Amino acid sequence: MKILVCVKRVPTVGGAITLTADRRAIDTRASGFAISPHEECAVEEAVRLVEKFGGSVMVATLGPAVAEEQLRACLALGASGAVLIETEPGLEAGPMATAAALHSVAADGGFDLVLLGNEASDTGDYQVGIRLAHLLGWPAATGIKALAMDDAAGRASASRTYRGVLETFALELPCVVTVKEGINLPRYPSLPGRLRAKRAAITRVPGPASAASADVRMTSLRVPDAPKKQATVLGQGAEAVPALVNVLVELGVVS
Amino acid sequence: MTVFCLAELDGGAVDGTAAGVADASLRAITFARGLAASGGLAAVVFGDPPVSDLAAYGVTDVHAVSGIDGYAPQAWARVLQSLMSEHSGHAVVAAGTERGNEVLAHLGAITGLPMAANCAQAVDNGDGGYAIVRQRWAGLLLEEAVLEASAAVLTVATDAVSPVPAESAAAVTVHHVAPSVDGGDLAVRAVETAAGAGGASLATARVVVGGGRGVGGADGFGPLEELAALLGGVVGVSRVVTSEGWRPHTMQVGQTGTKITPDLYLACGISGAIQHFAGCSGAKSIIAVNTDPAAPMMTRADYAVIGDLHAVIPALVTALRDRAVPSGGGAAGRT
Repeated sequence: MKILVCVKRVPTVGGAITLTADRRAIDTRASGFAISPHEECAVEEAVRLVEKFGGSVMVATLGPAVAEEQLRACLALGASGAVLIETEPGLEAGPMATAAALHSVAADGGFDLVLLGNEASDTGDYQVGIRLAHLLGWPAATGIKALAMDDAAGRASASRTYRGVLETFALELPCVVTVKEGINLPRYPSLPGRLRAKRAAITRVPGPASAASADVRMTSLRVPDAPKKQATVLGQGAEAVPALVNVLVELGVVS
Repeated sequence: MTVFCLAELDGGAVDGTAAGVADASLRAITFARGLAASGGLAAVVFGDPPVSDLAAYGVTDVHAVSGIDGYAPQAWARVLQSLMSEHSGHAVVAAGTERGNEVLAHLGAITGLPMAANCAQAVDNGDGGYAIVRQRWAGLLLEEAVLEASAAVLTVATDAVSPVPAESAAAVTVHHVAPSVDGGDLAVRAVETAAGAGGASLATARVVVGGGRGVGGADGFGPLEELAALLGGVVGVSRVVTSEGWRPHTMQVGQTGTKITPDLYLACGISGAIQHFAGCSGAKSIIAVNTDPAAPMMTRADYAVIGDLHAVIPALVTALRDRAVPSGGGAAGRT
């Protein structure tokens, strides 16, 4: 089974989001980078499938040269090959441009399955997987929390819960599946995996030179006004319980 | 000039209850009504349309689609595409739900139009462009953008728009649509079965008792579960709890978990990463229990108890139990 996993380098924001002076990007001078949580699960799912059925996992990303760091992290987890579709630093490719760039890698690889995260945690466009599936002419399922492959029959069964109802989709291979965190619990990289990832060769191909496409055009970013509160302290430790009970009564959650 | 809005239904097929318009779709219709201005506002319903509910929200035309068995995202998108071209639609709107985003992404791919997911605002500039504001980072960051297209395809951030009925109900024309759909568009179709998990759902619970790193391990949740049961609520957890494997991911509150909207969120041992706020900012009130008075959660909480949850929560459980069984017997008045 040949699997392609598409990932994206995104900043790891912890306490607060701060923007660059031109308000067109997140200030990442003090942040680390990672792939989105949904994508960590996509990589894990691919590695598990190959452990079960044999085959190989290729990871691909559209991003700047430094996104090599994220590809190596995926290699450390068990991917066997990596492609960097390289863009100029600072270029933000929209979802149509991203799908087109990934299509160039996905189309010729003889893949049975392409996995993506349901949405990137930064831009949250919710469409790259589906646009890629249409370019490939393959079926797609999104938001998937459980995936079962029947390699011999060339079929996949993918399911998710929606409004308390379990939805199951049957897909012919090859297909595109976008997954969500919770489908599995990703492993930590092993030491041999890290060493292997360090030495692995990464294929580099040029990406789109400019952001020009029919995509939505971002003009600026802003951090919404958070309701800046300072909590009323009810007390220390168990001594605060009577005051806490009074608040619960006030809020109407106990009578 | 017509604005189309995909109206999802609640209930129906699986549980057999009468289907109404899903709350998320009422929010999307409210949003779409703003875009429609004086033009028509058409709701597209797959199944039996709750016409009077739609009329109350200002819908002028209802397209009731029959003949597609079950949820088939690409087929639904194809129906929207043909309605749009038949009635010269200038915008297609859906709720930013799993289905709404999925169907409109298919529509974008089929038509080659851009799709803007999770919009909080959209204004028609009158020159073929829309000024939009959309959510990134699950609403922790807002993007101001220009959408230029022959038709606007967008989903609505459901936590950014309230459902507001129209000032006066519209006179509705119902159109019955029985599309002929190509087999390829039906290749991916949901088979629906009742989900196993019972009990109150995290997304709709009135009270959520949250547990984070401070709980300390998989076996530390007993008092939180007891408290949740006493308050008629459920336990939710932070991402660290699920990535450590202490609790399943279905219990996670946050950007990559569930967005909650309870009356009370009681966050125990959760310091408060912003991805967690993306999931709990819909709570009416937040009480934090934390050993660290400088934890970020303190700047979002209404009330706080500074202390170890392992001391505070069992004491609270005891106090609530004592209240529930008052001395003297509460049933005396009924004799």
